[in-house]
Amino acid sequence: MYVSYNWLNEYVDLTGVTPQELAEKITKAGIEVEHVTFLGEGIRDVVVGYVESCDRHPNADKLNVCQVNIGAEENVQIICGAPNVAAGQKVVVAKVGAVLPGNFKIKKAKLRGEVSQGMICSLQELGIEDKFVPKEFAHGIYVLEEEAEVGADALPYLNLNDYVLELDILPNSAHCLNMIGVAYEVASILDRDICLPKPELHESRVEAASKVSIEVADQDKVPFYGARIVEGIKVGPSPRWLQQRLMAAGVRPISNIVDISNFVMLEYGQPLHTFDFDAFGSDRVLVRQAEEGEKLTTLDDTERTLTSEDLVITNGEKAVAIAGVMGGADSEVSDTTQTVLLESAIFDSLSIRRTSTRLGLRTDASSRYEKGIDRNRAADAAARAAELMEQLAGATVLKGIVHEGAVEVPPSTIDMPWQKINHVLGTQLLEEEILSVFRRLRFGAKIEGDTLHVAVPTRRPDVTIPEDLVEEVGRTYGYDHVPATLPEGSSTTGQLTDYQLKRRKVQRLMEGAGLYQTVTYSLTTEEKAHLISSIDEQKHTPVRLAMPMSEERAVLRVGLIPELLEVVRYHLNRQMPNIKVFEMGRVFHADEETLTDLPEEKEHLVGALTGTREDSGWYSKQQAIDFFTVKGIIERLFDAFDLTERVSYEAADREGMHPGRTANVLLDHVVVGFLGQIHPTLQNELDLKETYVFELDIETILNAENEALSYTLLPRYPAMTRDIALVVDEAITSGQLVQVIKSTGAPLLKEVKLFDIYRGESLGEGKKSMAYALKYLDPEKTLTDKEVEKVHQKVLEACETQLGAVLRG
Amino acid sequence: MKDKLEALKEEALVAVQTASEPKQLQDVKVKYLGKKGPITEVLRGMGKLSAEERPVIGQLANDVREAIQSAITEKVEALEKKKIEERLASEAVDVTLPGRMVQQGNHHPLTAVIEEIEDLFIGMGFSIAEGPEVEKDYYNFEALNLPKDHPARDMQDSFYITEDILLRTHTSPVQARTMEKHHGQGPVKIICPGKVYRRDTDDATHSHQFMQIEGLYVDKNVRLSDLKGTLTVFAKKMFGEDRQIRLRPSFFPFTEPSVEMDISCFRCGGEGCSVCKGTGWIEILGSGMIHPNVLRMSGFDPEVYTGFAFGMGPERIAMLKYGIDDIRQFYTNDQRFLEQFKRA
Ligand SMILES: [Zn+2]
Repeated sequence: MYVSYNWLNEYVDLTGVTPQELAEKITKAGIEVEHVTFLGEGIRDVVVGYVESCDRHPNADKLNVCQVNIGAEENVQIICGAPNVAAGQKVVVAKVGAVLPGNFKIKKAKLRGEVSQGMICSLQELGIEDKFVPKEFAHGIYVLEEEAEVGADALPYLNLNDYVLELDILPNSAHCLNMIGVAYEVASILDRDICLPKPELHESRVEAASKVSIEVADQDKVPFYGARIVEGIKVGPSPRWLQQRLMAAGVRPISNIVDISNFVMLEYGQPLHTFDFDAFGSDRVLVRQAEEGEKLTTLDDTERTLTSEDLVITNGEKAVAIAGVMGGADSEVSDTTQTVLLESAIFDSLSIRRTSTRLGLRTDASSRYEKGIDRNRAADAAARAAELMEQLAGATVLKGIVHEGAVEVPPSTIDMPWQKINHVLGTQLLEEEILSVFRRLRFGAKIEGDTLHVAVPTRRPDVTIPEDLVEEVGRTYGYDHVPATLPEGSSTTGQLTDYQLKRRKVQRLMEGAGLYQTVTYSLTTEEKAHLISSIDEQKHTPVRLAMPMSEERAVLRVGLIPELLEVVRYHLNRQMPNIKVFEMGRVFHADEETLTDLPEEKEHLVGALTGTREDSGWYSKQQAIDFFTVKGIIERLFDAFDLTERVSYEAADREGMHPGRTANVLLDHVVVGFLGQIHPTLQNELDLKETYVFELDIETILNAENEALSYTLLPRYPAMTRDIALVVDEAITSGQLVQVIKSTGAPLLKEVKLFDIYRGESLGEGKKSMAYALKYLDPEKTLTDKEVEKVHQKVLEACETQLGAVLRG
Repeated sequence: MKDKLEALKEEALVAVQTASEPKQLQDVKVKYLGKKGPITEVLRGMGKLSAEERPVIGQLANDVREAIQSAITEKVEALEKKKIEERLASEAVDVTLPGRMVQQGNHHPLTAVIEEIEDLFIGMGFSIAEGPEVEKDYYNFEALNLPKDHPARDMQDSFYITEDILLRTHTSPVQARTMEKHHGQGPVKIICPGKVYRRDTDDATHSHQFMQIEGLYVDKNVRLSDLKGTLTVFAKKMFGEDRQIRLRPSFFPFTEPSVEMDISCFRCGGEGCSVCKGTGWIEILGSGMIHPNVLRMSGFDPEVYTGFAFGMGPERIAMLKYGIDDIRQFYTNDQRFLEQFKRA
């Protein structure tokens, strides 16, 4: 809502309050003023001039040589190219030395041999946007009223000495979508008087009711419908003052009749509609629900198909307007209109909202109806418009307003314990202080015993419950005066849940492993959702938005790897080849085509690494990140949560992953993630270098039950270590060997550690030697060589018989 | 004989002094103090001496022996010390070379801000509650006093999946869910951090995905002044002890009264600068007293219980705190951006 300071000053005396101060006060009262604009910004030395003469330029067809009186001793000669310039006009002259918006400085010039000492200005040159310039001045200079004083500052005549406050109107402050509403607000803020327009009509003796009748089908949907008949209209441009009011409010002046409707809507907040009564087609207005499939061509020349949900104005036969949204083209006011039916009505907000939403047609009228307007202002607004038509369009207003529904309804009342205000705000306001707030707001209020009775004016439909009154008191009294206290209620202990604590630990672990945390978008492309198989390969159906803004962000991610690969590529493109990132975030999976319930959401931990390990440097040669770099990170994670013994890895073949360098991660024999290298084909497609990734269902991992932590006595007897080097087929995995060694070596065998892998001709084709250090310990006594040897021998035999291993000689 | 001993002593000491290796010293020892050495020889010839001379010469011979012996011992130690010194000198490193470092990764600046805020409110007795990012229309809107067709729904354009399921537009549904679980019994004191989604085109100040932290406190006798006090503590801890706060009336469908909280500008202290756009105040969060409809729908009796709620954007707070000018930076994850927040 654009509020002109000068216009507002007509209702509330703003003496002593600058536009900036006013803006600050309004903002503090709860309606944010986003901008304060001075309309004459960047204009200097612009005066009223009188065109004494205007002759064709001797050397240019389209130019005129004007002698202009600007109140100085001598006339100035100005060359002007505007088609509408003429002798006898009062015009806006930018003198030599003047400045126009855009820091455009006016200098003495010569145009085709003729001296030009200044410029006669158009509205556009004065900084007014094209779209607000009245039609008649759209392609030429602006012509002032005849009374303008020659030589005087032109800004006041243009209303460019005005300031415009731009109010951000939230749904609860719809009462400030009109000047009268703003005036009430400002009168309350400044605690000053308010002066409202009182329309004075000179109605003819002819009763409007003799020309038209009104019928409303559903009083609930249309609590009030009023119509006035105005005859003898001369359609033409509006006077300057009206045009300027509209321009300041951001509305383009069109013609007197249209401008009056717009002006009254801005002033009263009441949408009005004018029908060309001669084209109306009957003397009967019937407001009803549209018939299913009923058609109407609206003012914007679009044919609309209506449903029985929509309210329409009809002439008894067919629809002539969509109530509260837009009029029909057939009965639109034109330049030749002589008689209008002026409609001022109250329509049900919800009904208007549904219709305008369904039709995708949001108008100034519909948005006001949606937000709620003053129930009691409709008849006054119609009178105000009729008055202006008398004054500005030479019209005659027929007697009375024909209407259905009461012109006025009583205010709604709210009763509440007055102390509740203090209880909710934490203040200690006295009865008088509370009552004085309502006096300023111009709400009726009295306190009887413990009860506060408030009569809420109809202009404030947003105030319906006691809490709304608490807010009115709070904001009027000022929150600066509310003390700052700390809650006195029962005390609570705040702490992270077990899971939240563990999540933080995981993040710290990843950071400690040199990974950077990222946060990427959850919405992704359908294609990316299928790039890499999800942990549970059965669960790969992404959740799709009903109406995505773009295909780029159309489905929810089922895994995080594609997003991290994007981050990796971003860095490769910027010559940063060593990248290690991780993210913890939710993934989503739909187990049904059309969701009937919420989809599965799980938190995953994902990492992506490429380039060299950072632990190589000047002291050793650069080492590339490989499978085992990533596996080490995961092992460290499981170790930190004491889950190592329950985790295993098995080779896996997965979509998008290198078939020989990918492993599933199993916790208690259930797949909870995977790690490996991105498939070289995909790597090339995505323009990546060799990249390793992991994705873990961290939610399942962190929620895995673990025994309560308890201390085990430190061993009192020494351990014995035996090395063993086994030659096996390439196909035998370390995991298989360790499994056999461990199961055979138990319970004395405490630890198995691989320390060397050797391949060489001496071993034969397809063979490798795996060397392990085995640590034996008996917590009860010192082990003897003999005891250890016995177990160690058993281990060797088991490896031989079960895996074909041979002790390396 | 006496002269001979003195001469031997001189000779031996010179030999000790000139020795440069332990082996040479060993030779000196054998040569002078050995069984076949000259001193032994002198002692052997003592029989020829007179009874008066014998103890004198005997004493002298012993003195000479000891002198040589201790010179050797001293020299051995000196040589060893020298050897160690030489070795240490050869082992010297260039201490300015970079260390063998395991590089430290880094948490995202949003994590830093969120954890800081979480910890701050945990200190005031709040717990952390979480909920789904894909939410039911009921919890996202209806339970928060935003029935279908409510004009205030236009304030938040949403990503719908079906008519009743959408990406949450704020973390308030977690509040509704948590209150519901309390079955009308207070107190409820929670912070709800998480991702939210709105139909916005991404630019320097808008993001279709962003973080939010909301707080909720429901109990008997919770007052707006308590909200002001709690937020004052928050503002001072987060932005500095000198911060003032100011509450401005505002509108949110789920609170009544609703207020917006500004803090005095931490850059200029209130005089006006580019951070506060010349006003001296910075808008930080929206809050208010929980609307009775919201309490009622979540099972609390608004005649018995009152409460306050507030919500803020970690991105905005991080942008203000660290002077970040583009919200897209958080989601681009440029390492050069991320590594600037190591100590955050
Ligand atoms: Zn500042």
